[in-house]
This record gives sequence, C-alpha cells and structure tokens, in this order.
Amino acid sequence: MSEENIQETLKDYAVYMKNITKVFPKVVANDNVNFAVKKGEIHALIGENGAGKTTLMNQLYGLYKPTSGEIYVFDKKVDFKGPSDAIKAGIGMVHQHFMLVDNLTVAENVVLGSEPKKGILFDLKFAKKEVKELSERYGLKVDVDAKIEDIPVGMQQRVEIIKTLYRGADILILDEPTAVLTPQETNELFEILRALKNDGKTIIFISHKLKEVLEISDTITVMRLGKVTGTVKTSETNEKELANMMVGRNVVLSIERPPTTLGKSIVKVENIWVKDNRKLDAVKDLSFEIKEGEILGIAGVAGNGQTELAEALSGLRKIESGSYMFNGKEITNLSVREIRELGISHIPEDRQRRGLIPEFPVYFNLILSQHYKEPFANRGFLNFDEIKKYSHSLVKKFDVRPPDIYNLAGNLSGGNQQKVILAREIGSSPKFIIVSQPTRGLDVGAIEYVHKELINLRLNKGAVLLISMELEEILSLSDRILVMYEGRSMGEFENGELTIEEIGLMMAGKRIEEIKVLEKV
Amino acid sequence: MASKSEVTNMRSKWMSFLVPALAVLVSLLIGAIIILAIGQNPIKAYGVMLKGAFGSRVAWADNITKMTSLLLTGLAVGFGFRAGVFNIGAEGQMAMGGIFAMIIGLNLGNVPPVIAIPLTILAGMLGGAFWASIAGWLKAQTGAHEVITTIMLNWIAYHLTNYLVSGPFTVGIGIPKSPEIAKSAQLPPLLTAQASTVPSGIIIAIAAAIVIYILLEKTTLGYEAKAVGFNPYAAEYGGISISKNIVLTMAISGALAGLAGALEVMCVHHRIFGAFTSDRGFDGITIALIGQNNPIGIIFSAFLISSLRAGSNSMQTVGVPDDIIVIVQGIIIFFVAADRIIKTWIIKASKLGKNKSSQTIKGGEEA
Ligand SMILES: Nc1ncnc2c1ncn2[C@@H]1O[C@H](COP(=O)(O)OP(=O)(O)OP(=O)(O)O)[C@@H](O)[C@H]1O
Ligand SMILES: [Mg+2]
Repeated sequence: MSEENIQETLKDYAVYMKNITKVFPKVVANDNVNFAVKKGEIHALIGENGAGKTTLMNQLYGLYKPTSGEIYVFDKKVDFKGPSDAIKAGIGMVHQHFMLVDNLTVAENVVLGSEPKKGILFDLKFAKKEVKELSERYGLKVDVDAKIEDIPVGMQQRVEIIKTLYRGADILILDEPTAVLTPQETNELFEILRALKNDGKTIIFISHKLKEVLEISDTITVMRLGKVTGTVKTSETNEKELANMMVGRNVVLSIERPPTTLGKSIVKVENIWVKDNRKLDAVKDLSFEIKEGEILGIAGVAGNGQTELAEALSGLRKIESGSYMFNGKEITNLSVREIRELGISHIPEDRQRRGLIPEFPVYFNLILSQHYKEPFANRGFLNFDEIKKYSHSLVKKFDVRPPDIYNLAGNLSGGNQQKVILAREIGSSPKFIIVSQPTRGLDVGAIEYVHKELINLRLNKGAVLLISMELEEILSLSDRILVMYEGRSMGEFENGELTIEEIGLMMAGKRIEEIKVLEKV
Repeated sequence: MASKSEVTNMRSKWMSFLVPALAVLVSLLIGAIIILAIGQNPIKAYGVMLKGAFGSRVAWADNITKMTSLLLTGLAVGFGFRAGVFNIGAEGQMAMGGIFAMIIGLNLGNVPPVIAIPLTILAGMLGGAFWASIAGWLKAQTGAHEVITTIMLNWIAYHLTNYLVSGPFTVGIGIPKSPEIAKSAQLPPLLTAQASTVPSGIIIAIAAAIVIYILLEKTTLGYEAKAVGFNPYAAEYGGISISKNIVLTMAISGALAGLAGALEVMCVHHRIFGAFTSDRGFDGITIALIGQNNPIGIIFSAFLISSLRAGSNSMQTVGVPDDIIVIVQGIIIFFVAADRIIKTWIIKASKLGKNKSSQTIKGGEEA
C-alpha cells in the first residue's frame, strides 16, 4: 500500500500515523513508521519483543509525543497532549497491565474518572445500568457488583474494554490482550471483538500468537527493530511468512526433543499441601517425581494451584504438610536462599512483581540471588568488574535488546524483561528449574530460543518442572505430563500417551482412570 | 552503547543536583517576595542572613555545630528511605543515643580519651540502633507500620529523657539536667572562636556520610537494602530475607540518629536535659528529602539548612521574623518533592537556550 494511496483515501481510514519517529535516550523505538488502519477493521500489529509496538500505540493514545511525524484520526490531524485528548478523539486503550482499582466494584471502575452524577452525588444506579447495557450489547459478561480483586483476569479485561466503550471509544487498542487468557477466554474475547467490529468499531490488536492473529484480523502490520517491514491482508499470508517477516529468518515453529537417557530421580514431592493467600487449600495432596534430564509438564487451566505449587517449591510459600526432597535430602520449607544454593532456580510467572527490580539496571538484575556470592561479591563488597563481565556475556548470549547492561530493567520492553529473567535463571546452569509461563508475551523467535534452552538444560541432565497454560507448549516440551485440577493431580502420563481431547477432559476434572476406562470400552 | 548510557547516567546525576539547587533559588525568591510584602527590604534581610551564617568565625562555629547533628539525622532518615522504611523516629533514637552516651560517659573518668571517646560514641550508636530495631522488629514480626511505632517510641524516649534528668540523673538547680560527662569522654573542639567552638563531631558526621555512601553503592548489604526498598517481592524471590533486612536497616538508621545524640552530648552540651534533641530528628526528614536520599547530597542539604537556621536568627535583628526561613524551607521541600515541575523548567530553558539535541529533551521528558 503506497503512501499516495493512503493520502487519497484518507477518509476510509480511522488511523493514519505518518513518518512517526520516537527516540528514547538509548534507542530509536520507532523509526519513520507509517501505520494506517481502515475504518471498521481488525488490524493486528505484530513484531519481535522491543520492535516498538507498544511505543507506537502509546503515541496514538497520547501517552508519548512523537519525536517527529504526524497522526491523523478520522481524517483529522491531531496533536494529543495526553490520553484525555485521545479519549475525546474516540480512542480507547487496554494496556497489557490492567489499570483497575482492586477494591472498587466493576461498575465503579468503569465510570471512574467520568462518574455520572445526580446533583452532586455519585449516581451508582445509573452507572450500573449503563454498564449492564454495554455488557449485554457486546456480550461482555461481567458481574457489575463484584470487586475487581475477586474476579478472574478474563473478566478484568472485559471490564477494561467496557471502560473504553463507556468513554465513547470508536477505535480500540488492545496491547497483548490474550497473553494472560486461557484458550476459552481467548475465544470469548474474539466473539466480543467480532461483535464490536460488526458495530462499526475499529480495533488494533497486538499479539505474539500468530495463530490468533490469523484467526481474528483483517490486516496485519509487521514491525521489526522499530521499522514497519510490511502490511499484508490476512487472507493472503500464513504463519511461516509472518514469522519470517518478524524475525528476518526462518523460524522453527516446532521444536525437536531428542531422546535422552534419564538419570536418577532428583526431585521428589510427596503428598504436599499448600495454602493460597486467602488461607484456602490450593495444592492438595500432590505427589510427583522428576528425574535428571526430564521435563515434567504441569497442564491445567490457570488458577488450579499451579502458582502456589511453584512458589512452594521455590521457598516462597509454606508447605503445610508433606515432604519435598531434592537429591535424597529433605528440603521442605527451607528458605529461598537455601533452596537456591542447592542449584534450584525459578522463573516466576509474574515478571513485573517477582522477577525484576525495575529501578535497578540490567546488570544488577542479572545477579539477583547470586549477588552475595563469589565472584560477584567479596567479603561483603560487590565486585563490579565481574558483575559487568558476566552481565555483558549474558545479555549477548540471550540477545537482550538493547544490549545495554546499564539500562534500567523497567525501560525494557516486556519480552526483553523476560529475557533478562531467563538469562539469570538459566544462565546459572541449575540442576532443577521451576518454570512458570516462560514464554508469556514473547515473540516467536524468543519462544524458539527459550524452548531450545530448556531442551539444552534437559540434555545436560537438568530437571525441569514446566508450568504453562499453553497446552501446546506443554505438549512440545514435556517428557511426562501431570494435569492439575482444583489443586489435585488428575493423573500423570507419558507425553503422547493421551490425545489432546483426553487431556482436555482431565483439565476439566476427570481422573485419568476414568479416561482409561473409557478408552477400553 | 555503554558509553551512551553512561552519558545518560551522568546527566541524571547532574539533574539530581540541579533540581534541588534550583528549588533553593526559587524558594529564596519567593521568600524575598514575602519579605517585600511585609514591608521589609529582602536584600537587606538576606544580607544579614548571609552574615549570620558565614560572616564571622562565631557564625561559622554556630553553623557547623547545627550541621553536625542535622547531617546525621538526615542520613538516618535517608538511609531508611532507600531501604523502603519510613523512619520517623530519628528524634527518639537521637535521644536514646544521647542517654546511652551520657550514662557511659559519666563513668569513664579514669579511662584515657582514646578509649573513652570511642566507647561513648559506640554506646550512643547502640542506643539509637536498639531503639530503632524495636520498630523494625515489630514490623517484621507483626506488620505494625514503622511510622506508627517510631512515633510512639519518640514519645517514650522524650518522657524517658525528662524522667532521667529530673530523677535518677538530676543535678544542680534550675532546669532539670544531667551531670556533665567525664572530661575524657568529651570530644575536643576543632577550633575555638571566642565562646563558640567548631565541634570535631563534624568530621565524624562527614565520615559517616561517606561510609553510608559506600555501604549503599558498593556492598551487598546496600544492594539488598535497596532491592527491598524498590521491590520487596522480587527481593524475597531473590533469596533476600525481608524481615532480617527491615530490622537491619532500622538498626543502621537508628545508629546514625544515635550518633547524632552522642555527638551532641560529647561536643556541645556535655550533658543531657529535656528536649536536648530540639527536633533535629524531624529536621532529618526535610534534609533527606532535599538531599534526595543520597548521602553526599545530604551533606549539602544539611549545610544548607544549618546555614538558613544560623542566618535566620540574625534576620530578626532587622525586623524580619525568622519564620520566613520556615516558609522558605517548606517551599524547598515542595519543589524537591514535585521535581517534575523543576525538570520541565530546566528542559524548557535548555530548549529556549540553544535548542539542544532532541535526545536531551526526550531524556528529561521520560525520566
Ligand atoms: N520509557 C522508555 N524509556 C526508554 N526506552 C524505552 C521506553 N519504552 C520503551 N523503550 C524501548 O523502546 C523499544 C521498543 O519498546 P516497546 O515496548 O515499544 O516494544 P514492544 O514491541 O511493545 O515489545 P514487547 O513485545 O516485548 O512488548 C525497546 O527497545 C525499549 O527498550
Ligand atoms: Mg509491548
């Protein structure tokens, strides 16, 4: 699509961002980007981690000012001073990290900032009515009276969408909306997006999941290293071509898992019970073993005790009863440091909260948990030469972009933050690693890389506990699979032994014995 | 790449100096307007103030004496801030430091100064550390917020001081006071100017600032303290014990305040009396804020506040109430706390000035 073309038909476009350049102190995040979205289409924006997608959208939403370039919205040149201008122009954005107030209700959150008034009083009844109307119109199922902290992520996201609609958005920006959703929730979201599209709304959709992008979008724009590499019609492209455009090379979309000889059983968990934050049992009577050189996948719908399990095994949460053995030694309820010193590491599911200290530079983040040990520290003093040397090599090896160890971790794009965590946790060559949602928010190239690293670890006799909501990820990496449902094991099997449908049944609460009985009949 | 970001780091260091400096200038300007408004001559008033702060050896002695304890309480609060604890209790910890130093100092008559002085200093630091650790321990064990507990401990320390100087340790007549500590436990003055002296405590205080700087920037202890301060969840995940750290940070913070109390006793009064801390503990909060919790910055901000204080006394002689300085101080804090305002000014100015490279401008905008 040439520029003249766009210029001529500007009135068909909801958004036209022309020659946008955005320079941060250390990087050119957007480099002369042209981005145009037709009215009423679902336009996907894809690209590697750090390609500049979020930055581009933040400028459309008035959060950043472009260093240079022009923005047109509905055929009118705009110059947003802040998000409130963008909202007035009909733009709504759902950020990757939700911006809701936890202890307010759904209805209160939606109207926050533009509360309906009756005289000088807040008109809750009217607010509720409005929210209900919007929710019914687009199939956005929400419980208007529930508090945000009590509802699942999928519903929180719907609340965010309703909030933008309530403020009159005609153009919706969704930044990686499916990264935190279960497959069912994703399907529900897509239904909603289709309903919105039918109603004439324009949608910009950022995602790393090519299958989803192909399923939902009309047009796809690919970004790479701050530039647009192309805009294509969804009907005229495929997964392989997109991956190629994103990464600039062919990507292996499915990983090979060479056979290994398993070593001795190194991790042994027996009948453990763990409580969640509300003091309810989250992990119930769970047992499993992992051998050296083995990947045990934990499949299950989010919220079935996986988070608590990972935290308990890494020392962050108390094991109420049961036993946790490593290398034949009882390690139940040792401290995080004691557990880590045995060669156990942990990739947490919540990278912003657990995994990183955003205010620390990358090199300080890369030594977190080893910061007190040789060679990084000597008699209580940090050894900056060693720390920087080590960090330089990790940043290079794990391809963190920009490859700048002095950069604050908080300034990195989401995917590159994850790479810093991976570099730290895998880079220390652990004997056992607890891995939670390792590829959430990563681009295809980075996913390929993470999967390779996990397979490498396995080849080097490391034991891996892989927790993922992506069944596909579990299936492509695990040697054995355990399905968790409501904190309990529904059974354990060799990868390949059961079909996806059967695993789905287990994830919904059927025990493996029941399924095997079905098979025999 | 690396060099580029080192340039950025330099720039942000430069900014963190520029912001408070500008804040001070603007605040003094606003102060001048107020002085005008009450019908006085601001140039004259500020002239007298400068003279009061730096105009004579006596002025300097007075200024540096004030600065010594302000620097230490500023460090106490600032160090706590960096590690994520809000130590409002420097006042009480300073009092406990003074009490401990006094009790030990009374009993060292037969000990040579080389031993008596370090012992007394140590006692003061222990006193402050002990008092602050109570709040730290309560927070680690029960989650009780340190703002509440340190305020309560301030009151206890205040009443304890009054009790001691009017009961068990009282001496003489007039205002209740403790006896003088032994000569060998007193710190000799650095310089003497008529009746005033420049206390050698200032050297100890500056040394303390340097030690805290090194502690924060170069050691694993500082790394852990800052990690807990920035993101306790990630620190915990990285194997850093939150509860141990809270107690430790509180203890260090308290030791600094305790040192302020000890030096006040050893250099200035040689004894304690009711409210001998004269709110220096609370001033520490101001000083830490202006110094942006940076130990080196705190040296400067302590000097700034002590100069303002020393000068404000003389300002009264030309009919300008010394409350002006309290106002100026308040405005400084306002601007430092709202540093974005000042940053925007600096950026606008540099834009107007020479239309610098867009990088600098963006750097400020996103910082
Ligand atoms: N506030 C900021 N300050 C400095 N650099 C930034 C800032 N925000 C983003 N960047 C940099 O700009 C580049 C683009 O980041 P952006 O967040 O737009 O990437 P992205 O395409 O959304 O990636 P991801 O898929 O990982 O979320 C990155 O190199 C990032 O480090
Ligand atoms: Mg992003």
